[in-house]
Amino acid sequence: MGKNLVTIVTASVAKYRKNKALLLDIIRDVQSELGCVSDEAIVQIAKSLGISRVDVEGVVTFYHFFSKNPVGKYSVYLNNSVTAQMNGRAAVAKAFSNAAGCAFGKTTGDGVIGLFDTSCIGMNDQEPAAIINGVVFTKLTADRAKTIVADMKAGRAVQDMVQEYGDGANQSALIKAMVSNNIQRRGPVLFAPFEAGSAIKAAVEKKPEDVIEEIKISNLRGRGGAGFPTGMKWDFCRKAEGKKHYVVCNADEGEPGTFKDRVILTEIPQMLFEGMAVGGYAVGAEEGILYLRAEYMYLKKYLEDVLEKMRKNKILGKNIAGKKGFNFDIRIQMGAGAYVCGEESALIESAEGKRGEPRNRPPFPVQSGYLGYPTTVNNVETFCAASRIMREGGKWFKAMGTAQSAGTKLLSVSGDCKKPGIYEIEFGTTVQTLLEMVEGRTAKAIQIGGPSGTCVGKNDFGKRICYDDLATGGSMIVIGPDRDVLEIVKNFMEFFVEESCGWCVPCRAGNQILLNKLEKIMEGHGAESDLADLESWCKIVKSMSRCGLGQTSPNPIATTLKNFRDVYEAKIRKGVDFVPQFNLASAVEESCKAAGRKPNLHGEH
Amino acid sequence: MSKPVVATASLAGCFGCHMSLLDIDDRILTLIDLVEFNKSPIDDIKTFTKQCDIGIIEGGCCNSENVENLRNFRKNCKILISLGECAIMGGLPAMRNGIPIKDCLEEAYLNSPTVDDKIIPNDDELPMILDRVYPCHEIVKIDYFLPGCPPRADLIWQALVALLEGKPLDLPYEVVKFD
Amino acid sequence: MKEIKFTIDGKECKGKNGQTIVEAAKDNGVYIPTLCHFEGLKPAGTCRICTVKVGGRNMAACTTPITEGMMVENNILELEDMRKAIIEMLFVEGNHMCPTCEKSGNCELQALAYRYGMMAPRFPYMWPIRQVDATIPKIYLDRNRCVQCLRCVRGITTKDGRHIFGLINRGGKTMIHVDDELAADITERQAAKAMEMCPVGAILKKEVGFVVPIGKRKFDTKPIGSEIQK
Repeated sequence: MGKNLVTIVTASVAKYRKNKALLLDIIRDVQSELGCVSDEAIVQIAKSLGISRVDVEGVVTFYHFFSKNPVGKYSVYLNNSVTAQMNGRAAVAKAFSNAAGCAFGKTTGDGVIGLFDTSCIGMNDQEPAAIINGVVFTKLTADRAKTIVADMKAGRAVQDMVQEYGDGANQSALIKAMVSNNIQRRGPVLFAPFEAGSAIKAAVEKKPEDVIEEIKISNLRGRGGAGFPTGMKWDFCRKAEGKKHYVVCNADEGEPGTFKDRVILTEIPQMLFEGMAVGGYAVGAEEGILYLRAEYMYLKKYLEDVLEKMRKNKILGKNIAGKKGFNFDIRIQMGAGAYVCGEESALIESAEGKRGEPRNRPPFPVQSGYLGYPTTVNNVETFCAASRIMREGGKWFKAMGTAQSAGTKLLSVSGDCKKPGIYEIEFGTTVQTLLEMVEGRTAKAIQIGGPSGTCVGKNDFGKRICYDDLATGGSMIVIGPDRDVLEIVKNFMEFFVEESCGWCVPCRAGNQILLNKLEKIMEGHGAESDLADLESWCKIVKSMSRCGLGQTSPNPIATTLKNFRDVYEAKIRKGVDFVPQFNLASAVEESCKAAGRKPNLHGEH
Repeated sequence: MSKPVVATASLAGCFGCHMSLLDIDDRILTLIDLVEFNKSPIDDIKTFTKQCDIGIIEGGCCNSENVENLRNFRKNCKILISLGECAIMGGLPAMRNGIPIKDCLEEAYLNSPTVDDKIIPNDDELPMILDRVYPCHEIVKIDYFLPGCPPRADLIWQALVALLEGKPLDLPYEVVKFD
Repeated sequence: MKEIKFTIDGKECKGKNGQTIVEAAKDNGVYIPTLCHFEGLKPAGTCRICTVKVGGRNMAACTTPITEGMMVENNILELEDMRKAIIEMLFVEGNHMCPTCEKSGNCELQALAYRYGMMAPRFPYMWPIRQVDATIPKIYLDRNRCVQCLRCVRGITTKDGRHIFGLINRGGKTMIHVDDELAADITERQAAKAMEMCPVGAILKKEVGFVVPIGKRKFDTKPIGSEIQK
């Protein structure tokens, strides 16, 4: 075993040319060969790369899909997002657990099956869903879980357990996934016909500065949710001094409820890659990186194939699209399970093989990004829009949407509606119109922009979806009339506690403190003062946190306190200024049991 | 006019805070002029005989008796003060908080080398041990906190005088310490 | 070097190009509270206590460079309460038993709590289970007291720049860890430096302790920051 480990680590380190920046890939290979990255493996990796053990261990323990302990021959990662819960996740989890004979977070005694919770895997329109050894299983039921466990016990190959494939390219030989695209509404920017090569050809006919100008005219803003003007970002990056420049595509859509990028990657990857090439041409980069979230590993081979075909067609590589001296190529960097890596500087850290901790700014990535070079990081959808703008022009694009929010937006709709899936809508569409489109008219609330966004109620259904009204990266979770809002809020806060990187105090400690307080109220131990505390503590975490995660993580509480105050009011004890969480009966239970005596509670709690 | 009434108690504490109270030296004579003591180890009054103005609590809660005592103080005192680290954050007794209570009891009464009669005390008359040591303000509402281990005599004196005179607690830097 | 003019709470200040707000403020006799900041180390921005307002936006003063005409708001009520809240978060997030701690009186976290008049944290204690590492030959690593300022990570490395200290895990489970092989080789000087750098009592040098009596310690009589504030 010892020698085997050394051989495996050495081979993996050699495969990645002893490149420290590819540490994530090295660890992934070692884990897939050995089933975990043990202390011994960590020592070996550190030795082979000539770095500190604690740096390797830091990376292994940062990412959800890496583990120091064996994760089983079959590792089941069952999504625990809100939509999974809405669709019967509890029963599926129980079935997995009972059939496998082990609890979640554990591996069976024989080391065959490991069961794990995982944050949103981008399948919200087909929940409950799980990833088993990289293969996605959607629309799970308790019965299906039982047969999967039986198959695992019988030693079947995971891919063979997939019974039917989804629509579109999900059926292609290189994907073969049971994932469905569910494209419910096609719009003019993303889902109109696109001729391969047309965007980059149109771009190279202009000077790079004019490409940026065209993007500026279009008023295109970042589709990840923050809405920074793309033209300006490219301009900053182009003008920043550096021996090299980089283009990075953020395909780490981790906001619970978002899955639009998955559909783009499945159906129109060439449009995306061309958009990256357009960006490369504009900022003066020769290298592009697609940072792909680990949950979408099943798309990697297919995407590699698309890239290869583009190279053959001279849309990538040297002197591309007939432009002499314009060289651009793209590599795929896999993530390893960390929501915070959706933050652009954390993504860069991760792409450099480190813990995905956001950087301090300034300097901004456009000044000093990947390996210290000027880097533009843009969303998947943003690059696609850039491709379309090259074809149709900035004015055409700007004519759609609202004054501040040009073009269309791709929404991922899930939750309590009849038609979940992907909708390309024009900016400015009202929530009410959307709810009618998705057949979710009975909704009492809609979570806009995922947990980090806003939970709005009926009073706000007339508001418009756009940067200056209700901004969203695309996640839209419809909440039906019978749902417990506080349970949803709790799920969201648990998500942030799990996904905080731990770097800064307000986010690391503050989110846990907020969750604890929420639970105190939900348990019926709340007073008026607890609501006031919640309000003020949300503000502290939002104001003092270092990156967008902590600056938005209190939103589930803050926005529901504002828009659904009655559900909190219903839980608290009125007219009392202090209610303790302390409970004598439960506090003495354990010691009385140990001493073998009956608790004497004098009838009080 | 009757004098303000003060009560004190030591819960899961070491009486060090009470010692520090006595450490105000000759000012104790002034204090006796200023206030009347009710339930307190200082005068050995065991039960409340009247409503008190100020209750001073030393120590956190490690067992059911502490909890009962603390709640009783809350009922009988207008103002309740947590005095010292143990009352405020559990203090030294709370060093057990990371260890399951079962392990603590077994270590103390079953596995320790000096144990003769191997039994975890279980008489019904004994207070029940809590799963961890709780600061007082997690059980009842506490109005003021005076930290220190023990709190400086000057801190206690100045805080008491301010409260009795109805003035805000404006305490000098040197007297507020956590050790 | 180019001189930069800026203001802090209206006070006119001068600084050098490339200085952070914290550094420039200090040169101008203005104290901005810090905890993770350590002179000479690359700023980390982990504690956020130095948060100030610039143009209405909250920024960490330890990582933000000064610029010409910058208007910094430092001593404002709302910020001061949030800074205090962060100190309180740290007190409940770890297990800080000041009476038993060798660093008491010289501890920067405790000193900040004194300065901000913290009598008891507003947040409930979390009582995390944190491991103490006493296996390192020259130092103790007591994670109960660690505030994850990363001073040790940034400041104590091998000659060839390898990290001796580092972070492992994520979120609330994040903790300081060491490369045990490299840590076994740290010198007396490095051990002393690590202890000196550590703002709290998380890193202590073995075989010494409680040298300075109560009353003579760093923060016994004067609040932290009084050496800067003019």
